[in-house]
Amino acid sequence: MTATLVATAASSPVEEAPVRFGPVRTLRHSLTLTWRSLIKIKHSPEQLLDLTLQPIIFVLLFVYLFGGAVTGDRHVYLQFVLPGILVQSVAFASLGVGQSLAGDLQTGVFDRFRTMPIARSAPLIGAVFGDVVRYLVTITVVLGFGAVIGFRIETDPFSTLAACALVLLFAFGLCWVTALVGLLLRNPRTVQGIGGMLMFPLTFGSNLFVPTETLPGWLQAWVKINPVTFVVEATRGLLTGHGAVAGPVVKVVVSVAVLCAVFVPLALAAYRRRT
Amino acid sequence: MSYAIEAEGLVKRFGSTTALNGVDLAVPTGTILGVLGPNGAGKTTAVRVLATLIKPDAGRARVGGFDVLTQAPSVRARIAVTGQYASVDEDLTGAENLTMIGRLLELSRRDAKARARELLERFELTEAAGRSAKTYSGGMRRRLDLAASLVGHPDVIYLDEPTTGLDPRSRGEVWNTIRALVADGVTVLLTTQYLDEADQLADSIAVIDRGELIATGTPDQLKAQVGDQTLEVHPLDPADLADVEAIVAAVTRVQPTRNEARGLVTAPVAEPTLLADVVRRLDDAGIAVGELGLRRASLDEVFLTLTGHPADEDAA
Repeated sequence: MTATLVATAASSPVEEAPVRFGPVRTLRHSLTLTWRSLIKIKHSPEQLLDLTLQPIIFVLLFVYLFGGAVTGDRHVYLQFVLPGILVQSVAFASLGVGQSLAGDLQTGVFDRFRTMPIARSAPLIGAVFGDVVRYLVTITVVLGFGAVIGFRIETDPFSTLAACALVLLFAFGLCWVTALVGLLLRNPRTVQGIGGMLMFPLTFGSNLFVPTETLPGWLQAWVKINPVTFVVEATRGLLTGHGAVAGPVVKVVVSVAVLCAVFVPLALAAYRRRT
Repeated sequence: MSYAIEAEGLVKRFGSTTALNGVDLAVPTGTILGVLGPNGAGKTTAVRVLATLIKPDAGRARVGGFDVLTQAPSVRARIAVTGQYASVDEDLTGAENLTMIGRLLELSRRDAKARARELLERFELTEAAGRSAKTYSGGMRRRLDLAASLVGHPDVIYLDEPTTGLDPRSRGEVWNTIRALVADGVTVLLTTQYLDEADQLADSIAVIDRGELIATGTPDQLKAQVGDQTLEVHPLDPADLADVEAIVAAVTRVQPTRNEARGLVTAPVAEPTLLADVVRRLDDAGIAVGELGLRRASLDEVFLTLTGHPADEDAA
């Protein structure tokens, strides 16, 4: 008797669903969609190939081709440039969010999610969470390959973990920018192109490959406010012990906070726009 | 009678284009409404409004008793959308797609997997369950799409052109699936450009053209609007088409349709006795006829009569 009543109540057409989903249910939906991103990597691990090859090519190119010319000593340059390439590689990896969101818009997968009783932001959060795995792969590859060709961490494990965490934090801030780009462009290939164009001035226009002092004044002006510069400085300090750490870390945290404050609402708005 | 879908005066504009210009719809619970119209008529826009994907500029709609604007989450808890968009994830296997949807609908891991297995079985996809959806044929994909829509036991299903691009055999399979849905008590809103599809499946039909509802009724009622039957004359020599047209016009007193490509002239007739008259006059004119007969009007002719242009003419 009771069971019947409960069943009737549950399927009653007048029962109204909540307008907002609480954080627990939002997280639950987001994690299901994170699982989806991970399954995709499992099915086609080759999508991690560009993530692994690009950093390796950059390390080889800069250390062996330009390293001698820049500092006169390849090992010295390797110690200088590898933390930078770590940041650059993760920055490029953050384009993954934009590409997967654009793909989901293009194929109509998002339209199905948007007609389902799930938290509105879950597909976005799920895509960002899923991308963290790609960042971790990238970090492992860069540090691993660096170690093979002679990069030495000159600090302690705690500082190394802190460096990785900082790079992840920066990628988290940056991926909301690429999310917005993906949601606006709605085409994964265009995201790759436009996003790449965005990443070049961001990464090359920094102290990543050469010290800021060697640059012309107008370029220094950009480099000194480019958040990538702060991340590179802090990562360098944390991994090699050369240079300040505290100042750049604070600047990174502030930059990420600003990136999130600006781009999370914009990305959510672009995602929710129902046209 | 209770209505699963009720819409009143829906208007939606995209820039200067009016996609919907005051559309009313009412679908009784447990029936199939076929929304029929050419490309660009506004069918997809109507579905997107009723599926809470876009907001109408004017008008109101209730689905399962809930307002699509103010009670969207409640509407979403009761609907499912399948079609041109709202697709499955091609990189995932059939089983993973269905399990993911089950998990999103907050089934336990075990229940989600069980539901996926059950639906794969029902849609004859068990063998393909472990393959990624991009390896599926067109028909299999649509079936997976339909299965995905059913995971949450929806009360109302929107099928947006569910058979566009399918071969006849796959179309037949999808049709059978749709019939089975209604047997379960689900209400279906189906959009289609295919008149035979609406004729085959729908309990009632709404004809939309250029954002406006131009006719509603059962397939039979719509056919009755243009006369019960159609006269079809197929001269042996296509050069005689013009003469045949003139004769048919004189006898039936309506403007016949001349189809150059198929080499025939058609006209709606209310009076079957006119047939003898047509035969006599063709004979007098010395026109050799390959085929001549009466048949029930097709929805194509209904469409032409209602809109003044053929259904396959691109409205864009």
